[in-house]
Amino acid sequence: MRHEISILIIGLFVVLSTASATAALLSARAPKPLSATLVNLTQRINAWWVMVALMAVAFFFGRYGMTILFALISFAALREFVTLTHSRRSDHWVLLGMFGIVIPFQYWLVWTAWYGLFVIFIPVYCFLLMPAITALHGDTERFLERVSAQQWAIMISVYCVSHVPALLTLNVPGFEGRNLLLVAFLIIVVQGSDVLQYIFGKLFGKHRFSPTVSPSKTWEGLIGGLVASSLLGTLLSFITPFSPLQASAVAFVACTMGFLGGLVASAIKRDQGVKDWGHLIEGHGGMLDRTDSLVFAAPIFFHIVRYFWTV
Amino acid sequence: MNKLSLRTFTLLQTATSVGLSALAWAVTGVRPIWSGSQPSDRQRIYFANHTSHGDFILLSACLSEKERAITHAVAAAEYWGKSKLRRFIAEDMLSSVLISRQWTSPEENPISVMLSVLDQGHSLIIFPEGTRNMSDELLPFRSGLYNLSMARPDVELIPCWIENMSRVLPKGQFLPVPLLCRVVFGAPVAVAPGEERRAFLERARSELLALNPRPDRDD
Repeated sequence: MRHEISILIIGLFVVLSTASATAALLSARAPKPLSATLVNLTQRINAWWVMVALMAVAFFFGRYGMTILFALISFAALREFVTLTHSRRSDHWVLLGMFGIVIPFQYWLVWTAWYGLFVIFIPVYCFLLMPAITALHGDTERFLERVSAQQWAIMISVYCVSHVPALLTLNVPGFEGRNLLLVAFLIIVVQGSDVLQYIFGKLFGKHRFSPTVSPSKTWEGLIGGLVASSLLGTLLSFITPFSPLQASAVAFVACTMGFLGGLVASAIKRDQGVKDWGHLIEGHGGMLDRTDSLVFAAPIFFHIVRYFWTV
Repeated sequence: MNKLSLRTFTLLQTATSVGLSALAWAVTGVRPIWSGSQPSDRQRIYFANHTSHGDFILLSACLSEKERAITHAVAAAEYWGKSKLRRFIAEDMLSSVLISRQWTSPEENPISVMLSVLDQGHSLIIFPEGTRNMSDELLPFRSGLYNLSMARPDVELIPCWIENMSRVLPKGQFLPVPLLCRVVFGAPVAVAPGEERRAFLERARSELLALNPRPDRDD
C-alpha cells in the first residue's frame, strides 16, 4: 500500500505544482489589477495545498486519522448548515445534542464497525427522537420547518460524511488492509471531478445547466468533467479492487452523484439567500462548499462497494 | 470599584482574554466585519446588542491584543457583584467595570464610573439596551450612551452588531451551541449639534440595527 500512496502523493504534488505555476504565469501576464477570477484561482490552489497536506497527515495516521478528520469535517459542516437555517430558543437542547451526541456517537459506530446501527442510528432513531424532543418543548411555531432543517442538517453533515471513513470497515476479499486506498480513490475522483468541471466550465462553458439554481454550472463543464473524471477513475484502478472498466463506471456514478450534491447545495444556499456556506477555506467558501459533492457521492460509493465487492 | 484605577492587563487577565478568544473562535469561528470603521487603538466606546453573556467575549475576540488590554466591558454590579466568585470573574479575570443601577453615593454614579475609565485613556464596551434581551426586537437605549458622548465628545462611538449569539448561548443556558458568528463594526455615531437625547438614542439604535447582515431573520 505504501507504494500506491507514494505514487498518489507524487502525482498530487505534480498536479498542484503545475496548477500553481500556471496560475502564477497567468497572473504575471494578465493586466493589473488582477481579475477576481484570477485572484480566486490562486486562493483556491493555495487552499488545495493545505487541504492535500492535511489529508496526507490524516492518511499517515490511518483509521485514527480518518475518523477524527471526518468527525471534524462533520462538525464544521453541521455548524455551517445549522447557522444558515431557522431555529428558536426552544431548539437549544436538540441543537446541542446534534453536536455533542450525534456526531461523536455516529463516528464511534464507524470506529467500532457496527454496521447495523451505523446505517440506522440517524435516519431511524435521530429522525424520530429529535422531533419528539422538540414537540415535548411545546413550541410549535414553524415546527415542520425547524424539524426538517435539523434532520437535513445531520443527514448531510454527519450521516453522509461518515460514509467516507466507514469505507475502512468494509471487508473486500483480496484487498485486506488496503481500504485507505478506497478512501483516496473516492476523494481524488470526486474532488478531481469538481476541479475538472470548473476547468471545462471556465474554458468551454456556454450553456447553463440550471440558471435558476446555479449560474456557474454549465453543460460543457458537466460533460467534460464527468468524462475526464471517469478517465481519472480508470487511471486510478491500480489502487482499487476494481478492473479499469469497473473503476471508470464507479467513478462516473460517484461523480454524477457529486454533481447532484453540488446542485442541491446550491439550491439550499439560494433559498437561504447566501452565496457560500461559510468562510473556512479561503477562495472556496465554507466546509460544505468544498464537500457538497463528496456528501452525495460517499454513501452511494460505499453501498456500491459493499454490495458488489464484499462478502 | 470606587477608587477605580486601571492598568493594562495582569497576567491572569491576559491569559483569560487569550483563552476566551481562542474558545470563541473554536466554537463560533467569529470574525469581524469592518463596515464603516477600521480597527484602531484610539479611544472608543463600542456599543452592541446584548442577548448573551458571550457577547462581550465575541466582541473582544475581534479586537487586537493591544486594544483588548485597554478595553473594558461595562457590566451590572447587581449581577456580577453578587458573590465573591462572580466579582472575581468580572473584575480580576475579565477586567470588566461594574456599575450599579441602585447607586446611592455620588462616586457610584454609573456615568462617573465610566468617565473615570475614559479619563485614564481606556475604551469601553457597553450594551445600551441595559439587559440581555430575550425579545426579537432591539430594546430602546438607556441614556448612558448620550451622556458619555456629551461629556467626552472626542471618544468615538462605534456600533457593533453581534450576530447569532442569542442562538449560541441564550439567556439562562450555560452550554453553547457552535454556530458561526460575525461582529459587524459600523461607522462612528456622534451627537449632532443641538440633537436631543431621545432623538440621538433612537438614531444610534437604528444605526446599530442597520448593521444586522440578515435583517430578514427574527432570531
